[in-house]
Amino acid sequence: MRDEAKIHGGDTPPPPSAPTPEPFIRIEGVSKKFGTFQAVKDVSLTVTKGEVFSLLGGSGCGKTTLLRMLAGFEDPSEGRIFIDGEDMTGVPPWERPVHMMFQNYALFPHMTVEKNIRYGLKHDPLTDAQRDARVREMLELVQLTPFAGRKPHQISGGQRQRVALARALARQPKLLLLDEPLAALDKKLREQTQFELMNIQARTGVTFIVVTHDQDEAMTLSDRIAVMDKGVVRQIGSPTEIYEYPDNRFVAGFIGAITLFDGTLEQLTGDMAQIALPDWGGSVTAHTLPNLRARFQDGLAAGQALTLALRPEKITISRSKPDVANCVAGVVRDLGYFGKDSLYRVVLPSGALVLVHAVNARRTGESGRVADWEDDVWLSFDPDAAILLDGLHP
Amino acid sequence: MTAPAQKRGLAHWFHRRGWSDVMIATPYVWLLVFFLAPFLIVLAMSFATRTPTAPPFSFGGEHPLLNLTGYARLFHDTLYIRAFVTSLLNAGLATILCLLLGYPMALALIRVSAGWRNVLLMLVILPFWTSFLLRVYAWMGLMGSNSWFNKLLTGAYNAVVPTDWALRAIPMMHSNFAVVLVTVYTYLPFMILPLYANLERLDLTLDEAAMDLGSRPLRVFWDVTLPQSIPGIIAGALLVFIPAAGELVIPSLVGDAARPMIGRVISDEFSAARDWPMASSIAVALLVLMVFPMMAYSHYQAKAQHDPTAKGTS
Repeated sequence: MRDEAKIHGGDTPPPPSAPTPEPFIRIEGVSKKFGTFQAVKDVSLTVTKGEVFSLLGGSGCGKTTLLRMLAGFEDPSEGRIFIDGEDMTGVPPWERPVHMMFQNYALFPHMTVEKNIRYGLKHDPLTDAQRDARVREMLELVQLTPFAGRKPHQISGGQRQRVALARALARQPKLLLLDEPLAALDKKLREQTQFELMNIQARTGVTFIVVTHDQDEAMTLSDRIAVMDKGVVRQIGSPTEIYEYPDNRFVAGFIGAITLFDGTLEQLTGDMAQIALPDWGGSVTAHTLPNLRARFQDGLAAGQALTLALRPEKITISRSKPDVANCVAGVVRDLGYFGKDSLYRVVLPSGALVLVHAVNARRTGESGRVADWEDDVWLSFDPDAAILLDGLHP
Repeated sequence: MTAPAQKRGLAHWFHRRGWSDVMIATPYVWLLVFFLAPFLIVLAMSFATRTPTAPPFSFGGEHPLLNLTGYARLFHDTLYIRAFVTSLLNAGLATILCLLLGYPMALALIRVSAGWRNVLLMLVILPFWTSFLLRVYAWMGLMGSNSWFNKLLTGAYNAVVPTDWALRAIPMMHSNFAVVLVTVYTYLPFMILPLYANLERLDLTLDEAAMDLGSRPLRVFWDVTLPQSIPGIIAGALLVFIPAAGELVIPSLVGDAARPMIGRVISDEFSAARDWPMASSIAVALLVLMVFPMMAYSHYQAKAQHDPTAKGTS
């Protein structure tokens, strides 16, 4: 299902958001209050067996609280959590078929790598030989066999991360919770570890729920993502759905770079909308997305406040006026050259700033660039490239 | 001409690195003057011969320079051996009780909210604001056969046991029980504070990790908290055991005069018997005895720092 989600993209409407043949984890109307602070507000979602599901959001959005409720460290104030059909209300952490990989890994400092991995196994009805075999298997899985006798402070950060993973997987949990699994690693190690993590997930088939604040991490790791803000889930969907078909302005702005323009719907023919966009000094046309139509049912009519969102890579920048409907003139205010691509900040006559991203497909000298500082340029976009959002709700 | 140059040299030295040398040297000088020097005097005294002079000892005579009779008596006279055994047993029992009482209190200190923690820490330290002697006298009052405390306990005791076992008062005073009780009361903060300092540094997510891996809270304590708190336990135990073993005031005031503790014996030898060499011999023996647990502690600490498992393959 991972591949299916990844190749999907482009113009066709996304597949239905929750492909749930057998909901393995079911969170039903869960809320959590700490005193007067509401950390999680009425969250409902399901996770399928074998899925990698991410909870994505900034700090304080409630993602970690939700994870801790799944692990049993916090009790929901309201609502219920089911894991593999079993109601987890009142089930203590030590009886849940769930293991967690902690953000700082929480390895036992007084135990060797091997003893750390073996720790959970003593609660399972196994013989010592079976335990040995399982520990060996885990050490091999994370490629740490030569380090079995070391203490956690004698190995590197990346190795500690793998010990934590092996320890959490040793008892064959139904669900593995990962709290910012890559946050403590440096950038280079992070990429490598990310692939290792996915590899191990594919081999073991364990359901992963990952908490992260890093959108790149969420985009590459996950089958589906729940974007959270202030304790509320703002959208659940595959990485493509979240990126290309955001439900609301918060999600559009949170994932990737984007420029938002406020406008008013002038005319709707089929799914082609004509929008008055003061920042562009006129009208533009764009296709409405299925989720916008779903939100308004048939109530979408002229005069409705809409937000037009444009991703930097979906805007074309050129020196001469292109022969398309949606175009506007501007001046390059800033230019970031990254080699393979460039990022432009273009200021429109109305004063609005637009982010434009262009791939440097041809080798050009300093003079041969598409545009330079203070150059007059034309910006344009395809009606399919824009995202139309409800302008009244964040 | 040379004087100003020298003065400038001294100032120069002081500003460059003298101040740090002085800082580092201060505690060593302190220990040298106030610990090592007196100890050497006591050590020398323990080899002297008792004389009816002032001070009541001298070197020479029958045993020139080294008079080992003091040390010999330590092994022959059962009074000293019994005093040593009583001291070690009382101090050991008090240390274990302090640990059993202090550990849960230290654990509670780190589990409560920050506001409560400050209040409770204050309460732990509060007894130090009253004179130690006064507090021991208070216990004497409580344990005496006419006190309300003793009467209360006696009443409870008599209500439970058969009538022919009934007592007029529980004989608490002048017993090892009283010594251990007051020692535990006095030294409990010295157990709680190092334990608290140790437990406070422990990472509570480790407890959650152990729970997550299937351990119940008691198991988590046994597997995770206890092994990590061993340095705190040792530090607290030493802080209680060493002074408790040499304690003078408590056994003198509430202890059994027929079975004195070693501190009392040293004091009696010095003052009543005026046998300073003998008193010094006992003091030296006590010190040697106390050095062993200290050595065990530093050995453990060194082992924890330079773990032999560090030599793994890489």
